[in-house]
Amino acid sequence: MSRRHLGIFTAAVLAAASLTACGGSGDDSAASPKTLTYWASNQGASLEADKTILQPELDKFEKQTGIKVTVEVVPWSDLLNRLLAAATSGKGPDVVNIGNTWSASLQATGALVEFDDATLQAVGGKDRIVPAALAAAGAPGKPPAAVPLYSMAYSLYYNKKMFADAGITAPPTTWEQLAEYGKKLSTGGKWGLAIEGANPSENAHHAFTFSQQYGGEWFDSAGKPTFDTPQNVSAIKRYIDFMAADKITNPSNAEYAQNQSVSDFANGKAAMLLWQSAGSNLKTQNMPADAYGVAPVPFLASPPAGGKKVNSMVAGINMAVFKHTKNKDGALSFVKFMTSDEEQTILNRTYGSLPAVKTAGADPAFSAPEQKSIQETLVTTAAPLPQVPEESTFETLVGTAMKELFADAASGKPVTEASVKAKLTDAQQKMR
Amino acid sequence: MATSTTAPDAGRREPRAGTPAREPARRPRGPLLPYLLLAPAIVLELAVHVIPMVVGVWMSLLELTQFHIRDWSTAPFVGWENYRATLDINSAAGKELLHSFWITLAYSLLSVGFAWLLGISAAVVLQRPFRGRALLRALFLTPYALPVYAAVITWSFLLQRDTGLVNHVLVDQLGLLNERPFWLIGDNSFWSLLVVSVWRNWPFAFLCLMAGLQNVPGELYEAAAIDGAGFWRRLRSVTLPMLRPVNLVLLLVLFLWTFNDFNTPFVLFGGSAPEQADLISIHIYRSSFKTWDFGSGSAMSVALLLFLLVVSAVYLLITNRRRDDHA
Repeated sequence: MSRRHLGIFTAAVLAAASLTACGGSGDDSAASPKTLTYWASNQGASLEADKTILQPELDKFEKQTGIKVTVEVVPWSDLLNRLLAAATSGKGPDVVNIGNTWSASLQATGALVEFDDATLQAVGGKDRIVPAALAAAGAPGKPPAAVPLYSMAYSLYYNKKMFADAGITAPPTTWEQLAEYGKKLSTGGKWGLAIEGANPSENAHHAFTFSQQYGGEWFDSAGKPTFDTPQNVSAIKRYIDFMAADKITNPSNAEYAQNQSVSDFANGKAAMLLWQSAGSNLKTQNMPADAYGVAPVPFLASPPAGGKKVNSMVAGINMAVFKHTKNKDGALSFVKFMTSDEEQTILNRTYGSLPAVKTAGADPAFSAPEQKSIQETLVTTAAPLPQVPEESTFETLVGTAMKELFADAASGKPVTEASVKAKLTDAQQKMR
Repeated sequence: MATSTTAPDAGRREPRAGTPAREPARRPRGPLLPYLLLAPAIVLELAVHVIPMVVGVWMSLLELTQFHIRDWSTAPFVGWENYRATLDINSAAGKELLHSFWITLAYSLLSVGFAWLLGISAAVVLQRPFRGRALLRALFLTPYALPVYAAVITWSFLLQRDTGLVNHVLVDQLGLLNERPFWLIGDNSFWSLLVVSVWRNWPFAFLCLMAGLQNVPGELYEAAAIDGAGFWRRLRSVTLPMLRPVNLVLLLVLFLWTFNDFNTPFVLFGGSAPEQADLISIHIYRSSFKTWDFGSGSAMSVALLLFLLVVSAVYLLITNRRRDDHA
């Protein structure tokens, strides 16, 4: 080897050595068995509020087990990306909250601990968990990738005073009624229905419900996307038409992605809202619980052939453990703690959601009108979103297509069967 | 640029009193030393530029979806498939990418053009000393000094349809418009994005051109004035030719920055831009992160990189040849 080559070789070795040195650091997964990192989803009015709510419970857990849990509340807009990054890099938190609709998508990465029967037993047992909630925790036929934590469902929230002023005595039970009432309520700068039009996830949740009612599916039995079927086109058009044709939704709602529709409802700018567990959010915006009524989400007056009696997805938050955790036992005992009867009661009571375990439903807080309505929907007319790996992509693509359709409607462009179908076909072509 | 050199007699310094005279440390000899000295730079260059780029190119040849993201070695090698799928202008994805490309090109050219015009105007106006000049300079630089996120999120509040200040002024106070227009969705979104981008970028043009103007000798202006040249003539025949080297770099850099701009549209539109303002960087982000298809996202990025390389090379070739012509 000539000197020249030796020099190059040395430089290369140095380079390689310093690079490998970079690789080992930056691991924020808890290395010690006495600590855990937990990413919580944003359930309360703000990230700060969530921290305040969770911290006393985490302190309690530390007292019981000696394990210190560091919590970070991650906003919904970032959560999926952050989870994906953690799954990719094998670094990050030990325990996380995930939107239950992402369960199968995240399960497909293989980064989450599987809750087979033995593991479920270790966190309290399979039989305690509400079956519908457990069905939304992973692909069918596989061990769940997560454990249900909070259960929710969509309800129709309506402003009692605005209804009374318009001479409406009962909440609508069909979409036709909702449109009719909405027209009566849309006067004097106020609107019938508030919609979170620029939020793809919210849009996709409604896409699911409407599609079920029209007899559609977003994926066939083989897991292939079926976005642009006539049923789905009718379903999406029905939802967009609240703004485009019925004009009971303020065009501004096409810009809403930061829960402004909840604020509009709380401030009396809109008389109706379709939301999951809005109560605690409305309370922080100074709307007392007796100012609004909670009713089941409406159905079609005359459902087409194949239409299903579904008016909500099985909504909820699941808890998952990353395989890369260095403290799996600690992580599982934390999951067990969070799904214990006591914590389920405390946390769900605070967030206005429902316990995901059967044994914690006795608290009087869960028989308030809002929670009763959610409960009824969950046991009778809610269905889980398709638990397929492409679910999160469906939410993004179809939700974004609907966002664009709302933008068209808001700027006065016609929304037709053809334009809806074109958007859905485009979305489907982007699926891999 | 500061470079440190070792004084030639550093090794021959007199030993201090009381310390035994040591044999001067023998310097490593031969061709090894330059490589050792270069090593840190090479390592950083590899780590910051070359390796991520190579990884990006490698990713573009894989079917890297959520099934394989955790362990890349399981991702099927698909060769040019991602490129074929994303660059095929007959497919939905290809059409959107092309659309996004034209939008980005128009956006970059207009943004750079306006930023440069504003920059040169302000720099020329502030060339002569007058009371309050320093204050104006500082004021003009504020948009550049503000953190992107804070600045752009403020714009997004201003541009809201119902609660934004822009519509409040245009519709409620001045009564210029009867209907409240949307600024963040529909056709107007492109122009909103352009305004915000120019607002953010022009101070940089201003800063560079102001610095460039400091180097223009005053005698040239005096000579031109004696020859009877007016303001425009002096601008055309003295200022602009003297600023040519600054402009060459400034325009290229601004173009590359604007073309790749991610922060402005991402913050302004909250992650998914309307079709009319679907810049290519956002488009790629959506294709890879939102749909978990990192292979085709990388393919788009590599195509974009190649395009920008070609643009830069052609630009430098043309401008260099012109300079040679002038010489």
